[in-house]
Amino acid sequence: MSNNPSQSSAPAPEGAISIRNVSKIYDPEGVNVLAVDNCSIDIAPGEFCVIVGPSGCGKTTLLNAIAGFHNITHGEILLDGKAICTPTYTAPPGSERIVVFQNGALFPWSTILDNVAFGPIVQGTATKREAEEAAHRLLAELGLPDIANRYPNELSSGMRRRVEIARALINSPKVLLLDEPFRAMDALTKGVAQEFLLQVFDRVRKTVFFITHDLEEALFLADHILVMTTRPGRIKCALKVDLPRPRTFHVRASKRYLELKSEIFAAVREEAAKAFAAGERELA
Amino acid sequence: MKFRKTIFSATVVRGVISVVSLLVLWEAGSRLHILFLSAVPAPSEVISSLEKIIRNGKFWNDWLASYWRVAEGFIAAQIIGVPLGLAMAMNRNFYNFVFSPLEVLRPIPPLAWVPTAIIFWPTTELSIAFVIFLGAFFTVVLNVLGGARNIDERMLRAAASFGSRKSDIFWKIILPSTLPSIFTGMAVGMGITWEVVVAAEMIAGKSGLGYLTWASYVGGNYPQIIVGMISIGIAGYLSSALIRFVGKKVTPWQRQQ
Repeated sequence: MSNNPSQSSAPAPEGAISIRNVSKIYDPEGVNVLAVDNCSIDIAPGEFCVIVGPSGCGKTTLLNAIAGFHNITHGEILLDGKAICTPTYTAPPGSERIVVFQNGALFPWSTILDNVAFGPIVQGTATKREAEEAAHRLLAELGLPDIANRYPNELSSGMRRRVEIARALINSPKVLLLDEPFRAMDALTKGVAQEFLLQVFDRVRKTVFFITHDLEEALFLADHILVMTTRPGRIKCALKVDLPRPRTFHVRASKRYLELKSEIFAAVREEAAKAFAAGERELA
Repeated sequence: MKFRKTIFSATVVRGVISVVSLLVLWEAGSRLHILFLSAVPAPSEVISSLEKIIRNGKFWNDWLASYWRVAEGFIAAQIIGVPLGLAMAMNRNFYNFVFSPLEVLRPIPPLAWVPTAIIFWPTTELSIAFVIFLGAFFTVVLNVLGGARNIDERMLRAAASFGSRKSDIFWKIILPSTLPSIFTGMAVGMGITWEVVVAAEMIAGKSGLGYLTWASYVGGNYPQIIVGMISIGIAGYLSSALIRFVGKKVTPWQRQQ
C-alpha cells in the first residue's frame, strides 16, 4: 500500500498522467535550445509526484505543456489515456488541470471570496451565489473562514498560497500542477504551508505534479520523486517515497526519512556538482 | 480625535505656515514697492475686491463655463481614448495601424490646434472643446495602452486555466488590471485639460476663468486677475481631487499597497 498510493483508501479514479518520450526544443532566433530531452513519466491517479531539478532544467517546460500553455516538439502527453499535448495538438488550458504559479497569481483586484469563486463562475458550472457559497464552505473547511472579504495584498504570503490552493480545488481538477509554490517563503512559513498542502492532499487525493528545487521539500511531500538533469532536461533517477501518510513534520525526524534523504542526496550529488561547475544554481 | 490629529499634524501646520508667510511677503513687497511687486495688487487689495467679484453672477458663470468645457473635452477623451488604448493593447494589427499617426500627432501642443480647430468646427465653443479633448486624449491612450500591455502573464494563464472565455479574460482580468493606469491617465489628463482650457479661453473664448483673467488684464482690473488665477488653481485642484477620490473608490485593492 505504501508503495502505491493510488490504491489507498480514498477513491481516485481519474487523473493519470502519462508523459511519453517528450522533448521540447525552444527556437529563439534560430538557436535551438533543447529544454527537455526524451522524458517519460507515468503518474498514477491520486499520486503526489515531485520533479526536482536545478533552475532551468526544463521542469517548468514540462508543467506548462501539461497545463496547455505551449506545445512540445516530440512525444505525447496523455491525461487518462487521452492525448492533451503532442507536436501538432495542444489542448487549451482548462479547469481539469489547474496551475498554482511560482510567485502566486491571485487576482489582486478581487477579494479572496471572488478569487476562490472565479473558476465555477466563468465555467458556468454554478451561479454566482452558488459559487460564493461553495467558496465560503471551502475556505471554512480549510481553516480560512475570516478572510473572505480581504484583498490578496492584505494577507501574508503563506495565507495567499493557501487561498490559491483553495481556488484550484474548488474546480475539482483531475490534476493539480504546482510550480515551486513555496519558493520565496521563509523556512517556518514554508513548513506550515507544506503541512497544509499535505492535509489537503490527504483529504482530496488529486494527482499532484509538483515542481521544486528543494530535495527536503520533495521528500516530505512526495510519493514519487523524479530528479531532472539540466540542459538537456532528462530524468536522471526516480525514487519511491514510502513514508506513511498522513505525514506531519515529525516524519522528518524518522529513520526512514533520513535513509531516503541520504539515498537521494547521493543520487543527485553528481548532478549538483555538474550544475555547480556549469554555473547553474545549486540543486538544493 | 482623529480629526483633531489630522488638523494639527506637523504636515498641515507646516503647509499653513508656508502659505501665510508667502502672503505676508507678497503684501510687504507690494506695499514697500520692492522690485516688480509694486505693480502687482497686494493680497489685501485682492481680498477687499473679492466680495464684489463673487457677488457678481458673471464670476460664477465663468466657473461653470470652464468646468463645462473641461467636462466635455475630458469625458470625450475618456470615451474615445480608453477603448482605443485597450483595443491597441489587445490587437497587434490594430496597434500597427493606429500607432504611427498617433505618434506624429502627439507631440503637437494642443494650442497649435487652435487655428485648425476654429476653421474646422462650426462654432468657437466646439473648437475649444476639441482642443481640450486633444489635451487629455493622447495621455489617456498612452496610459491605458501601457497599463493593458503590462498585464502579468501569470494572471492571464491562471484565468485560462480556470476555463475563462475571451470575454471573461477581458472584463475580469484585463480591464481591472488596467484600471489603475486608466486613473493615472485621467489624473495627468485632467491637469493638461485645465492648462488648455485657460489658454483656449484667452485666445477664443467669451466666457470662462481664462477669459475672465485675460479680460481683467485688458480692462485694467488687476485684483480680478489674481482672483481669476487663484480660481483656476482651485478649480484644477478640485477636479484632480475628484478623480483621486473616484479612483480610490473604484480600485479598493490598491489601498493596502
